[in-house]
Amino acid sequence: MSKFKKKKSEGQPAISTASLPDIVFMLLFFFMVTTVMREVTLLVEISLPAATEVEKLKRKNLVSYIYVGSPTKQLQSTFGTEPRIQLNDTYATVDDIQEFIGQERDARSEEEAKALTNSIKADVDVKMGIITDVKQELRKAQSYKINYATRRDIASIR
Amino acid sequence: MARSKRGIPEINAGSMADIAFLLLIFFLVTTTMDVDTGIQRKLPEMPDENAPPPENNQANKRNIFVVLVNAYDQLLVNEEPMDIEDLKRKTVEFVDNNGDGSCTYCQGSRRPNLSDNPDKAIVSLQNDRGTSYEMYIKVQNELAAAYNELRNRASNQKFGVNFDQLNDEQRKEIQTMYPQKISEAEPKNVGS
Repeated sequence: MSKFKKKKSEGQPAISTASLPDIVFMLLFFFMVTTVMREVTLLVEISLPAATEVEKLKRKNLVSYIYVGSPTKQLQSTFGTEPRIQLNDTYATVDDIQEFIGQERDARSEEEAKALTNSIKADVDVKMGIITDVKQELRKAQSYKINYATRRDIASIR
Repeated sequence: MARSKRGIPEINAGSMADIAFLLLIFFLVTTTMDVDTGIQRKLPEMPDENAPPPENNQANKRNIFVVLVNAYDQLLVNEEPMDIEDLKRKTVEFVDNNGDGSCTYCQGSRRPNLSDNPDKAIVSLQNDRGTSYEMYIKVQNELAAAYNELRNRASNQKFGVNFDQLNDEQRKEIQTMYPQKISEAEPKNVGS
């Protein structure tokens, strides 16, 4: 009888949890390294258009973002619904773009400044007029690389 | 001996896992894994104001594929209305036409009204200020899709793999076979 009992207790030994912190730390470090904190608070509402022929943006530190869209719901009472341009954390006009590009260039080394890409994040409902103005300003600022931010979406196109 | 042992008590590491879990959950919640994707384009340089206006007759009319988008998001391609679904096919036909027979890898039908060869073919895109951004991206997407299709075909013929799997050198070779020449007209206010 006693022999039988002993065997049973040996069959299910307690799982050692001593390595649990190590595993958790490993996961923690992974997420700490990969995480990207949102740099700006969006003041405009943006739902990106869908496209199939998209390319990934490489080297995120060499991208300056230009947001175009209607002000968010909370801000619509003060700023209306007319589409606006957002640079960094504030609303801007078309005339501010050249200065903004200058700032983005100054923040980087000369080599990196040449590789700067402008990512235009615009809402689907925005009209091309404002986008054309933005593009003209970028040309004037001699910053020619642009990227129209889109979602990778196959279903909605076909 | 006994005293010094009491002086440095062992730190209890039992709650370490809890602390690590807490941090882990925080980073799990705040992390965003989205990769920025988009359509890459290069803007042309600003035209010199003092320079004389460029001569338009350098490029033969058959080598220009004119895509107009009006304020109602309607397409006019080479003076004919067109649906967005047909744009890709028509662009491929235009670029791949091989009118002068100099392009050995083209499979076009050599029509007299379409381009001479892919090197000469230019897609000219013009939109109204009232065109929606969504439509503009759709058109850009279809044009890019047309070129990607041609490049993929050329790449499969030559290297047996798709264009995006090539190395830089092979990529350049395919790009010279089908150079992507999409020109956007200088903006002007057209009545909608």
